[in-house]
Amino acid sequence: MPIGHYLVLSGLLFCIGAVGVFLRRNLITMLLSVEIMLNAVNLTFVAFGRQFGTVDGQIITFFVMTVAAAEAAVGLALVIALFRTRESLNPEAFTTLKW
Amino acid sequence: MSSDALLFYAFAGVAVLGALLVVSQRNPVYSVLALIASFFGLSGLYVLLEAPFVAVVQIIIYAGAIMVLFLFTVMLLNVPREDAAEWDKSHPLYRPGAVRIGAVLALLMALQLGWALSRTPGLSAGVGDDTAAASSVSDLGVKLFSGAGDGSAGYMFAFEVTSILIIIAMVGAVVLARKRED
Repeated sequence: MPIGHYLVLSGLLFCIGAVGVFLRRNLITMLLSVEIMLNAVNLTFVAFGRQFGTVDGQIITFFVMTVAAAEAAVGLALVIALFRTRESLNPEAFTTLKW
Repeated sequence: MSSDALLFYAFAGVAVLGALLVVSQRNPVYSVLALIASFFGLSGLYVLLEAPFVAVVQIIIYAGAIMVLFLFTVMLLNVPREDAAEWDKSHPLYRPGAVRIGAVLALLMALQLGWALSRTPGLSAGVGDDTAAASSVSDLGVKLFSGAGDGSAGYMFAFEVTSILIIIAMVGAVVLARKRED
């Protein structure tokens, strides 16, 4: 398959993730959309790694996955703490810092 | 059409369909399950790209560990469904100014992406047709655990920093999710 196909697919997935972050009003779904975006980027790294015949793309993917795991753990802990104070996951409910 | 192309379109379809379902479902449990399906599609694509290590890690760590963490939180919190009526009232997209600016920006970015893709040479050649695949897991391990120098960049420092990042994330998660005594 040409690398252009992989790039277009990756861009499509990234757009779907961005749309999810912007349109959804649910903190957990927004975090899931961020995961979609991270995976779209991973696909690009692996495709280019294959194109150039090196393992560097796969290693960067490994690091992205580690950061994604850390982000998910901290993000979900924040979601739990927020849900405990407001009983809601709608970002519109958290306006204490709004001026 | 060759079998590779057929497999590519099948896996890409699964990945895109799963991602679309994640964004369109109102119930977060279904969103998480759709995302797991999407990850399986991506894993198939990694196999096509001759990266078996990434494919297996994608299933074990992403679809296994991280998604189970999400599912656990969704079920623990008993998350309410998004209310469509409330969405209509409160969403920023119902302000006309935001919609216009956003539409112009999206159009510009789509145009630029298309332009960049049309100007890039070598897009129609098969991926890695002229280079051998570097898919050996032992090569990957050597590169990951060797230091910089010897003419090639190693990733040992980044690997060690990652372990510190994970410790910080773990401590942070425990501190954040803990019940306050005061």
